[in-house]
Amino acid sequence: MGFYLIKRLLLMIPLFIGITIISFGVIHLAPGSPIDMATDLNPKATAEVKERMRAFYGLDKPLHVQYRNWMSRLVTLDFGNSFSPDGRKVSDKILERLPITIFLNVASLAIILLAAIPLGVLSAAYQHTLFDKVTTVLVFIGFAVPHFWLALLLMILFGVQLGWLPISGLKSLNYEYLPFATQVWDRISHLILPIFISASGGLAGLSRYMRSNMLEVIRQDYITTARSKGLSSRTVIFKHALRNALLPVITILGLSIPGLIGGSVIFETIFAIPGMGQLFYASVMARDYPTIMGILVIGAVLTLVGNLVADLSYALADPRIRQT
Amino acid sequence: MREEKRTNAGKTGQETLSLLFWKRFQKNKLGLLGAFIVLSLFVVAVFAPWIAPYDPGQIRIKRVLEEPGAEHLFGTDPLGRDVFSRMIWGSRISLLVGFVAVGIATAIGIFLGALAGYYGRWIDSLIMRFVDIMLCFPTFFLILAVIALLEPSIWNIMIVIGVTNWMGVARLVRAEFLSQKERDYTVAERALGAKDFRIIFRHILPNAMAPVLVSATLGIAGAILTESALSFLGIGVQPPTPSWGNILTAGKDNIDIAWWLSFYPGMAILVTVMGYNLLGEAIRDSIDPRLK
Repeated sequence: MGFYLIKRLLLMIPLFIGITIISFGVIHLAPGSPIDMATDLNPKATAEVKERMRAFYGLDKPLHVQYRNWMSRLVTLDFGNSFSPDGRKVSDKILERLPITIFLNVASLAIILLAAIPLGVLSAAYQHTLFDKVTTVLVFIGFAVPHFWLALLLMILFGVQLGWLPISGLKSLNYEYLPFATQVWDRISHLILPIFISASGGLAGLSRYMRSNMLEVIRQDYITTARSKGLSSRTVIFKHALRNALLPVITILGLSIPGLIGGSVIFETIFAIPGMGQLFYASVMARDYPTIMGILVIGAVLTLVGNLVADLSYALADPRIRQT
Repeated sequence: MREEKRTNAGKTGQETLSLLFWKRFQKNKLGLLGAFIVLSLFVVAVFAPWIAPYDPGQIRIKRVLEEPGAEHLFGTDPLGRDVFSRMIWGSRISLLVGFVAVGIATAIGIFLGALAGYYGRWIDSLIMRFVDIMLCFPTFFLILAVIALLEPSIWNIMIVIGVTNWMGVARLVRAEFLSQKERDYTVAERALGAKDFRIIFRHILPNAMAPVLVSATLGIAGAILTESALSFLGIGVQPPTPSWGNILTAGKDNIDIAWWLSFYPGMAILVTVMGYNLLGEAIRDSIDPRLK
């Protein structure tokens, strides 16, 4: 097991280097340089000033030297300073928003797991019944629906017309003045819509996958053996079939992490939640390159870590993998 | 010499496989529904100038934010433009982006997948590492970052979506090539001295096309979703060019007074994407050799 872990960690290194190379390449796609952006509107910026700025930022050095400098700062988590008016360190800005995004994504994952697995299992167990057919239709719609649209619709329904749930932010404006119990509900009610929307995408995929996996497992010989031994249907399904069908689910969860992180851009922006996704969107609109790059790299690293955890969990669950 | 390709052999050989596909496809009701939706959308997009009741760009200040009614089927937007007409013209954008983006993604995927699958060894490892790296990025982040650095024009969107979605196709094609490489007909062709290029493109590739077709159809659905999300965020198709996504932006800004701006474009996206999904799934089921 430890050996497997070391192997996986070593494999991660070239991936990480590749991520940084591509991110570095992406930022150099920009026509014009950051210097031009900062000095274009300033009539006093002469050519000499630009040259000095260029030297100061190290932009006059050849590309691979720039890459090396960038990398050496990167591993100490120094992403430079933001281009936006507050000019704070990028790592500070990201760090203060990261917990919220991680919390939202983990909560979504939890909901996806809790809802999709039973749905998939029951659909497989009661195949071709009304329940199965209805679920299949809902899943298909779930695949096709644009999530930001679903968010808008639910906001209109629950926020505007029914007034049950708030539609933006993490807490109400009068949060400080509310009694404790109401405060708790306030926090929760602000999170309900965002988490639900975030989860609905992965839910459709996972429950469908769960269903087809269970169907395959149920057809296996050992299930027939179990049934013929006289075990109740319930034991057969939940104790034997489920365990084996569950294994690939771990991998699927790992694969859906980049989707969740990317999706957080949309619904954090819609629901005005101060997370990393919203910061990314604001940086994109403001052309704040250091922050954009910082979040890009962090997003990719989070995905790497998520996949690593998924792989390790799979190895924990399935002893056959550890032999390789 | 008998060759195992589906694109040649005797006429009877070819007809049997395609005929089989059609027969199974026709029986799939949902697939037919999907095909119907896809075709209708084509018709709407092609005949947009004749179908749309109003000029999609015509601003009428007196008619701002009108509810849906007899004169304006889907209401008007904050500039008084007819939403129905804008949506009809928007279908052109969606289809254009869908097809071009997927075209680019499929081209890249086929090229890299064929290289990896056919030549194997270090080329394969290198390309597969590249695929793994690309898969690590949250795609949406990458797309946003690139479009922020370039300008949000429709061509940039198509290219970027294409460049970030080729990985699935590459894996599929590579798998096909790996399995076809050692088949008798390939070995025979090499023995006869056929050049690599010819073997790859004229012989193995046509056999690999079926799963690629499925992937492309589903990919169009995904591209349409992505384009609408980008336009919604304001980084996609820019107004005044109508796109279903940017009508929804107005919907968000007027969420409490103009529900129709949010409802109809989203419905259109939903139905379109569903159509392509159903079509793609039906093609996949009709090709699947395991169900025979």
